[in-house]
Amino acid sequence: MDTIYCEVVTAERIIYAGDVNEVLAPGVWGQLGILPRHAPLITSLTEGELIIRKEGHEDELIAIHGGFMEVRGNRVTVLADTAERAEEIDIARAEAAKARAEALLKQPVSEEEFERARAALRRATLRLRVAERRRRWPRQRPPMPASEGR
Amino acid sequence: MASTRELRRRIRSVKNISQVTKAMQMVAASKMRRAQERALATRPYSERAWHVLTNLASQREETEELHPLLRRPAQIRTIGMILITGDRGLCGGYNHNVIQAAIESMAESKVPVKLITVGRKGREAMLRLGRDIVAEFPGLPDQPSVTDVIPLARLVVDGFRQGTFDLVRLAYTDFINTLVQKPVVRRLLPVLIGAVEEEAMYEYIPGYEPEAVAEYIYEPDPHTILDTVVPRFIELRLYQAVLESVASEHSARMVSMQNATNNALELIDELTLTYNRARQQDITSEMLDIAGGAEALRQARERQAQERSAQGYR
Repeated sequence: MDTIYCEVVTAERIIYAGDVNEVLAPGVWGQLGILPRHAPLITSLTEGELIIRKEGHEDELIAIHGGFMEVRGNRVTVLADTAERAEEIDIARAEAAKARAEALLKQPVSEEEFERARAALRRATLRLRVAERRRRWPRQRPPMPASEGR
Repeated sequence: MASTRELRRRIRSVKNISQVTKAMQMVAASKMRRAQERALATRPYSERAWHVLTNLASQREETEELHPLLRRPAQIRTIGMILITGDRGLCGGYNHNVIQAAIESMAESKVPVKLITVGRKGREAMLRLGRDIVAEFPGLPDQPSVTDVIPLARLVVDGFRQGTFDLVRLAYTDFINTLVQKPVVRRLLPVLIGAVEEEAMYEYIPGYEPEAVAEYIYEPDPHTILDTVVPRFIELRLYQAVLESVASEHSARMVSMQNATNNALELIDELTLTYNRARQQDITSEMLDIAGGAEALRQARERQAQERSAQGYR
């Protein structure tokens, strides 16, 4: 099966690097699926989950909050503003942050604070969703069907 | 010679000083290592971001038209200068050197320079000199994160776009190794893709490689993408400069505290020698006193006995 080299990098560290079969990314215009030998592409990313699929491996789930992605010469580079692997997410902390943001949104606050609280809520919700997804998924995914006609 | 009691007190206080400086040295060493690791960890992002920028630029004839932050201003009327220093002293020449480098660069420029200071020491020095400070940021935490530099990045990017600054320079301390830190002044804005060597943190930017590729698919369009890439890039430059400065400050502090510890230990040795000598002398003089007293007593007694016997003969 064909592979494409994928790297997920933030300013602080490298989150993921390796040959993979498919990358699903939250583009500004909707979810994008990148398969090996994809045409050159540059796109901005929004908040969402980045899914990395690799044959015989568990799907890698990464919560990302904005950034951009470049596909070029069978190589995907994701430059995220912030990113966390699903297993690194602290669920208790995300829940606390969510409750805090929700409480703040109920109060009369300035527009700026409201925006900040909303952003915090979005981030916390995303973290929780990604962490939750990981828990529900089977530990080992079945191998992907071999592509035909190659 | 000082009294033994006073010497003992001095030895004790110097010993305390050496313990404090030793502790500060250890703390600085571990903080320095962490800052260094963080600075190195930013390199991959910076390399990839630069790749994206150069790739985008290589497909367009007029790079400077592409984005306002990549445009060289027609005329330079005001220069913005960011000065990164520490909040605290006790770190050798660290603060002084970078402030000096900034002052030299300001003396060379023909147009007014507006200062943005990060850290208390730089602010104090520039206030004393009566320079034009337009913004100041308190010192950064020991383990800064990218979010700590975002307000600063926003300030200079907005200033550049509105024409408050036609050029933004960055004065910081480049961490070379534990013993060597070099204050430097480099350009932060505009980002000029052709002239990497003048850029701040250029050692983190890989060489230009105009590799021909098919036209990219842009989502949504090159302008919007550059609108996210370029400001991120500026944030990263600032973040790296801050990390290099923090590592430099800690290593400067570590070295100066090591010197202080060594001096204190030397002083303790000297004082101990003096103290022992003084103690010996005290003992000697006490013994002399006792011996002298005993001798005087004996002589007095002898004299008395002689007098008595002389009376007896009479």
